[in-house]
Amino acid sequence: MSSPSRALALVMKESLQVLRDPSSLLVGVVLPGLVIFVLGYGLSLDARNVPVIVVLEEPTPDATELASCFQLSSYFETRVTTSMREAESLMLRHEIDAIVRVPPHFSRALAAGDSEVQVLLHGTDGNRARIIQSYARGALAQLQVRHGGRVALDPVIAQDRLWFNEANDSRHFLVPGLVVLIMTLIGALLTALVVAREWERGTFEALFVTPVRPAEILLGKMVPYFLLGMLGLGLCLLSARLLFHVPLRGSIVALVGASALYLVVALGFGLLISSLTKNQFAASFAALNGNFAPTFMLSGFLFDVRSMPAILRLVSRAFPASYYVRTLQTLFLAGNVWDVVLPDMAVLAVMAVALLGANAAVLRKSLA
Amino acid sequence: MRSMLFRVLALVRKELLTVLKDPQGRASLIVPPILECLLFGYAATYDLHDVPYAVVDRDHSAASRRFLAGFDGSGVFHQVSPAGSSGASGLIDRGDALLVVEIEAGFERHLRSGVPARVQIISDGRNSNTAATATGYVERVIDTFNAKWRAQEGGGPQLRVTERSWYNPNLETRWHMLTGLLGMTGGFQMVLFASMSVAREREQGTLDQLLVTPFRTGEILFGKALAALLVGLVQVTNTFLVAKLWFGIPLVGSVLVLYSGLAVFLVTAIGVGLLVAARSRSMQQALLFTFAVMLPGILLSGLMTPIQAMPEVLQYATQLNPVRYSIDLVQRVFLEGAGPSSLVSDLSHLVLQAALVWVLAYRAFVRHLT
Repeated sequence: MSSPSRALALVMKESLQVLRDPSSLLVGVVLPGLVIFVLGYGLSLDARNVPVIVVLEEPTPDATELASCFQLSSYFETRVTTSMREAESLMLRHEIDAIVRVPPHFSRALAAGDSEVQVLLHGTDGNRARIIQSYARGALAQLQVRHGGRVALDPVIAQDRLWFNEANDSRHFLVPGLVVLIMTLIGALLTALVVAREWERGTFEALFVTPVRPAEILLGKMVPYFLLGMLGLGLCLLSARLLFHVPLRGSIVALVGASALYLVVALGFGLLISSLTKNQFAASFAALNGNFAPTFMLSGFLFDVRSMPAILRLVSRAFPASYYVRTLQTLFLAGNVWDVVLPDMAVLAVMAVALLGANAAVLRKSLA
Repeated sequence: MRSMLFRVLALVRKELLTVLKDPQGRASLIVPPILECLLFGYAATYDLHDVPYAVVDRDHSAASRRFLAGFDGSGVFHQVSPAGSSGASGLIDRGDALLVVEIEAGFERHLRSGVPARVQIISDGRNSNTAATATGYVERVIDTFNAKWRAQEGGGPQLRVTERSWYNPNLETRWHMLTGLLGMTGGFQMVLFASMSVAREREQGTLDQLLVTPFRTGEILFGKALAALLVGLVQVTNTFLVAKLWFGIPLVGSVLVLYSGLAVFLVTAIGVGLLVAARSRSMQQALLFTFAVMLPGILLSGLMTPIQAMPEVLQYATQLNPVRYSIDLVQRVFLEGAGPSSLVSDLSHLVLQAALVWVLAYRAFVRHLT
């Protein structure tokens, strides 16, 4: 018969163990703090103060005016030169990200109605180059506006509006992603290692000779780490709001609920790995290669799932983190879009139940 | 001198035997890095090949239809159910459309009268980077339309902008990511490898046995490092071959320069691993510390997000990060064909970091283990 007092005793025992072991506190508290703080500040995909050089091969007033479009833009840190060779050598050393070349006879060509400007980009980081390319277009469009009748306005002009992220700050989607990364770390590393260690030391067998039931063992293992994980979550949410000013437009109850579900999934997966391998070394590599690495690459926290080939998009659906990432980004930035949040939470709930069931089955088999 | 060489070689042989005699260990060193490289090549990308979009056309004119035809021809856009004014926001909310193109009433009239006709592009900012890329594609469609319109209908003097991208003509992020992976993957594996191999000897008690033999501490460290370096070079070669042969990235620079840089980086990584091992009391701690060191090392290397976008303090701090210089070196040799003379900065950082790490590792080893 299962008894509440026995389950409680197990939870107490496990909690004491967690509190005594400094390395689990490292994973539960120090690592989340470090990751969210250092990476939250460090990770950004926005380009600001891009070093560029404007080459004026014939410094006429028109050409200088074009250069000033770049100098006035807050996106660029602009140098002006008359030597293309100097610009090329700066580019080779990657001290600048782009060359804007205004060819000789620019003014004459402009007067004749067909002038040309070259934008040469340092392409190694394709994503950054693409962002800089579009900033450069914006700066050059200024010339049309300022140059009145001499350069005609484009027939069609685009007006961009970025919904959910008006500030165009990439941290707003990277920080929710970091929360996912941290929850995955807590779940994968903590349970995978700690339970495998019990198997190695034989203390798990010692538990089996007592009258405890598999469900109680499971409960005892989950509750302390779950609480530790929720502590980490609280830390993350506070940092997201207070340090990085990520807006929280959706319901906090839904956010915590989805996080709790994901945490159960992550812990359950870690437990399953350790119950199956029963070996610290193998468990840690399984957690790393089977859980952490694919979560990192396929969850969409950094690399958008929509950018991936169709097969990988399907594969990513098998990883719980992809649902959690989408739900978190939606709840933080878009609000309560129940069409997204509820189905994702349902999937997480199903996964949680399935993993708990699998864990109980494996434990029961070990007991027999 | 000769006997020392023999002793070190014997140690290298012992290290390699320990790792390679176990088929599971052998596989775990060879297979995951190759799979990781394949996965990374396809998954780690900021490129967009498919942009679901919706259209709200309030003008319903010949001109607006002509404008919208440009989206069909581009190959990346695919239209999701044409939405009314209320449906568009729902499509974005649910993530069914990445952007909505809204054409104002009077589009054609403005076009004909020379007043700029406005097109509103609303994009899903939940991933602002993807949104910016998609918006960039729309701008290219608009550019093409503008050029054609001018050619056919006239439109006054114009400023033509020609864009060219050096080193990566199609601005593919895959080249950047895979060459970056080549510069980093060996490092992660080597820190883990070195720290785990020492921690395992410690947990199993064989380190004490090793210490009572006539080997000197330096020889033990050197033997471990040399064995790890050999394994690391094999892993690096696997990644290199996948990048070159499977993904077809052309190597512009010299193989010799590439490998010299990578070898210095691997030596640094092994040193970090030994340092971690000297500081940890169990395999579990070795693994956790490895993670705590490598996670910021990789995420702040400049590969996933540019260094220039970090706060200034962190930009300085990354000068201590060997991964940054290794990735930079690999990319410059691989994609730009840089020779040793233009790699002085990268190489000097890597060599200095290797020297520093090894002094620290040696001292920690002597203090904590012997």
